[in-house]
Amino acid sequence: MVYTPWCTVLGMSIGQTFLGLLESSPRHGYDLKRAYDERFGRTRPLPYGQVYATLSRLLKSGLVEVDSVEPGEGPERKRYAITEAGVTDVDRWLSQAEKPEPYLQSVLYTKVVLALLTDRPAADLLDTQTAEHLRLMRELTRRKDGGDLAEQLICDHALFHLEADLRWLELTAARLDELAREVRSHG
Amino acid sequence: MAELLVADGLNKAFGPTPALDGASISIDAGEIVAVMGPSGSGKSTLLHCLAGIVRPDSGQVRYEGREVTAMPDRERSALRRRQFGFVFQFGQLVPELTCLENVALPLRMERVRRRAAEQRAMEWLERLEVTDVAGKRPGEVSGGQGQRVAVARALVTNPRVIFADEPTGALDSLNGERVMRLLTQSARESHAAVVLVTHEARVASYSDREVVVRDGRVRDLTGARRG
Amino acid sequence: MAIAGGRDGWTRALLAAIAMGIGVPALLTAAAVPAALDPRQNRVDPRRPASLGDIPAAANTLLIGQQFEAAFRDQTVYAVLVRPEGPDAPLPPGVARLPQPGEVVVSPALRDLLASKDADLFAPRLGGARVIGTIGPAGLTGPRELAYYLGSDQLQPGQAERVTAIGSTNTVEFSPVLALLIVVISVVLLLPIAVLIGTAVRFGGERRDRRLAALRLVGADQRMTRRVAAGEALGTALLSLVAGVLFFLLGRQVVPLFTLWDISLYARDLRPNPLLAGTVALAVPVLAVTVTMVSMRGVVIEPLGVTRRAGTTRRRLWWRLILPVLGLAVLYPLFGDIRSSTVDNRYQIAAGAILLLFGAVALLPWVIDLVVRRIRGGAVPWQLAIRRLQQDSATSARMVNGVAVAVAGTIGLQMLFAGVEGDFRTDTGADPSRADVMVQSSGVDGRELPVRLRAVPGVTAVSSILGTTAANADQPHRFTFVFVADCAALAEALVLERCTDGDVFVSKPGSGTHGESYVAAPGDRLLLGTDKQLAWTVPAGTREVPSRRDPGGFNRDMGLFVTPGAVDVSRFGPLEAWMSLRTDPGDRDALERVRNAAATVDQRALVYRLSRTDEANRFVNVRRGLYIGAVVTLLLVGASLLVGLMEHLRERRRLLAILVAMGTRRGTLLWSVVWQTVVPVVLGLVLAVGFGLALGAVLLRLVTVPITVNWAVVGLSVALAAAVMALVTLLSLPPLWRLTRPDGLRTE
Repeated sequence: MVYTPWCTVLGMSIGQTFLGLLESSPRHGYDLKRAYDERFGRTRPLPYGQVYATLSRLLKSGLVEVDSVEPGEGPERKRYAITEAGVTDVDRWLSQAEKPEPYLQSVLYTKVVLALLTDRPAADLLDTQTAEHLRLMRELTRRKDGGDLAEQLICDHALFHLEADLRWLELTAARLDELAREVRSHG
Repeated sequence: MAELLVADGLNKAFGPTPALDGASISIDAGEIVAVMGPSGSGKSTLLHCLAGIVRPDSGQVRYEGREVTAMPDRERSALRRRQFGFVFQFGQLVPELTCLENVALPLRMERVRRRAAEQRAMEWLERLEVTDVAGKRPGEVSGGQGQRVAVARALVTNPRVIFADEPTGALDSLNGERVMRLLTQSARESHAAVVLVTHEARVASYSDREVVVRDGRVRDLTGARRG
Repeated sequence: MAIAGGRDGWTRALLAAIAMGIGVPALLTAAAVPAALDPRQNRVDPRRPASLGDIPAAANTLLIGQQFEAAFRDQTVYAVLVRPEGPDAPLPPGVARLPQPGEVVVSPALRDLLASKDADLFAPRLGGARVIGTIGPAGLTGPRELAYYLGSDQLQPGQAERVTAIGSTNTVEFSPVLALLIVVISVVLLLPIAVLIGTAVRFGGERRDRRLAALRLVGADQRMTRRVAAGEALGTALLSLVAGVLFFLLGRQVVPLFTLWDISLYARDLRPNPLLAGTVALAVPVLAVTVTMVSMRGVVIEPLGVTRRAGTTRRRLWWRLILPVLGLAVLYPLFGDIRSSTVDNRYQIAAGAILLLFGAVALLPWVIDLVVRRIRGGAVPWQLAIRRLQQDSATSARMVNGVAVAVAGTIGLQMLFAGVEGDFRTDTGADPSRADVMVQSSGVDGRELPVRLRAVPGVTAVSSILGTTAANADQPHRFTFVFVADCAALAEALVLERCTDGDVFVSKPGSGTHGESYVAAPGDRLLLGTDKQLAWTVPAGTREVPSRRDPGGFNRDMGLFVTPGAVDVSRFGPLEAWMSLRTDPGDRDALERVRNAAATVDQRALVYRLSRTDEANRFVNVRRGLYIGAVVTLLLVGASLLVGLMEHLRERRRLLAILVAMGTRRGTLLWSVVWQTVVPVVLGLVLAVGFGLALGAVLLRLVTVPITVNWAVVGLSVALAAAVMALVTLLSLPPLWRLTRPDGLRTE
């Protein structure tokens, strides 16, 4: 199995995360960074550069728009708001299962928090992901059945990792209400 | 495929706490369905209701179109004896009987003669790779061997449905895998459906389909998927 | 007696308390038995008049006469007539003031009777005397005793004792045979209770083992677990002992409410000897700890569970035979007639009987093993039961040990009883088919009594013979009996071919006794009447006829028998009267009315029911005690068996639930439980019959009575035990039903 490096996974989802954060209310770039760091980037704050790069990419694809510009200079004066297309994108992203892969938790966590923030059904999201994980596990189990020992061991390795993810999904599902209260109280 | 076993809107409460709260599920012939969920979610109760061991407070269970929930106790017992097989987590083998006699027990209860019953039991012990423990008592065999004997006993009557409640719950991974492989293999070969209650994903991955019981309801994960 | 799963801890505690509560006082009583049986024992009976022989009436004398055969229904009445002859007459114990004629002092129980609706059946005997007080406990054997002291002016010195004091020594003699009986009874009744205590101690063993395993998990070693187990057993035993003592104390308060075999007891009478009580208090915990240690011998307690050393150990026969052989060896020297033995052999007998009976306990597991090992095949319930027995015959054996010992003991004892019955039974010669009640009056003129008795409701026939003595006018020192009765009544006492009014008969004793006695012959002149002034010549037509026993068993083989037409009876003085009555068998109070009627004519009339044999009271009491004891013991053993069975079922709760889930018919499970109980019970009973017969044979050898087996008694004992077992099995079914509910599947 080939594993996707961590940063790429992360990078792929910053855009959707911003969209999700913007969906609750329009924000300045600086606000966005702060909200993101607070919720998802505790150990690794987002560099400013990446914030504006991402925002401009989203602007270009029409997922966000500039809501208002305050008098003065510099990009931080712009306030961004999500567009219709942006909302649809968030929708699609949240309802789609991630490809079950190791170190997926951060993405999944982000998705759950955003779903809660935007009043989308987070439990469904978890179920969908669980189903996808299980589907892959079934596949691996079946492959294992026919394979030689090396194949079996490789499959087992993947199975154990997937199982760990599933445990996390289960635990999160069980604590969803608690998490929702916490997320909402942060505003 | 034909619906073999269908449960519709099952409610069951033990005291004030509801174990099942409108649970519905449908199982096709020969299908292996894993019932997952956290402990206390009502998965075992669902299994007990489906197998006609427990009568739900309300709701229906139908097996081949017959309403199990309406059958008298004697009839349900006969159904379980003839059409169903059971594997539990532990403690299901009669400690005084040898493993062979344990496997032959369901046949003997159906008045099969001892010799014939034990011959068939021996065949099943072979299929489950535990012929070496045939003459031993359950107390003298390992957990994995014991569970394989239990699987042999569940299958010996050629049942249409196997109910397995955490069949590997007391086993380590390797033995658990072996039991699951043999259980699903044998079930598929004899076209028996399996209702597999487990909280372990790796065990569930031997199934064709998973459902999750949460708060007394069955959630079909695939059905819940959007888009 | 429903025993639910959750309640069975309680039931166990309760049963242990009952076992101890009965066991402890029973052990105390038993320990006191040998002392109480000291063959020659002098006891002071406070009610017994201190007889002084012939003394003249004085200010401090009292005429006192006990009314024999006094009874009310089945209960003996201690009826005493007193006639104080001066102001300083002694007071009987418990009596504050002597009753004068027309006064009576009664026991509280009699006072209650006189206040009840049955008063009319008793009151006439007191002749309308006024109750002036009650008898205190000092003058009664128990609170339920019926007793009275009636003031009388009829009492004559010849009919009573003249005393100056009341309370004298009474020598109680126990025959060696009765002593043997009581020793054996104590053994037979107490052994099952000892076995029961042993069983009760083992209750909860499996759960305890699991708990100890948990202790091992936190670091306790094997020796520590043993110490903990011993401590627990000790604690439980002490608690049960306390419970037992409480139970005993409570029970003691209830005792005065009951009357058994004419004996009622005051609570204070049940006072165990302190030394023996101490011994028992020590012995019970020691037994408990010992049994626990022995039961843990076969168990290895590991941190993660309990391993039982498999039941594959071959049961060896030889040491199991040591006990019974030793028992025989102990008893063998006593073979011969212990009746003539002067040596104190009570302890030897007890030891021998105990060893012999414990032989049954020792052999039972071996026998069960031997039989069950060979059994193969059979239907599913049978297979389940047999396999269970093969796996663990010790537990099943333990469950029926008590029954086996009880039955073996009972059979042995009954054989002994049947063998020595003759020692205690005398043939009264009475023939209850001819009459069922006898009335005898000698204090007053008996002529009126038959008339009165005929009028008593429930009396269907009265046959009476009046009698007196007469002196030969020519030889005044020679006396003969003269009986007066009609032909029908005479036919009860004589073998008559023909009889008409006016006939006179004479009966003579057979040769041998003839020489000394005087029998009137025709022509003899006899002096009759109050002052022997009526001279009467025995008529020439007097026929000699053989005599026969009257219904009461008397044989009047010496005397003149006169029909009323031959002599003017009215000129006779006071006559004694013997009356045989027939009463309506459906009227249970007829006898009481007869007693009343007789008492109104003659306070001292003897009234008693006829029976073919007369058994010594003590013997009868002992035997009744045995019956009751045997039943109580069996019930206790049954209760312990039930708890054992419950425990077994509870242990298998999960398995039972799973088997039911698999679709096992409940009947299958039920029958497996039944077989599992029945097989050891049957084997236990077979063994018990064997040992019982052996014990009986040995005991009969002790009293040199030919050995005969009373199969009816064997059958009864076995049937009784089987009935108790059936009851136990029946009572275990509802819990079995409950335990097989699917709830058992839910992990606890």
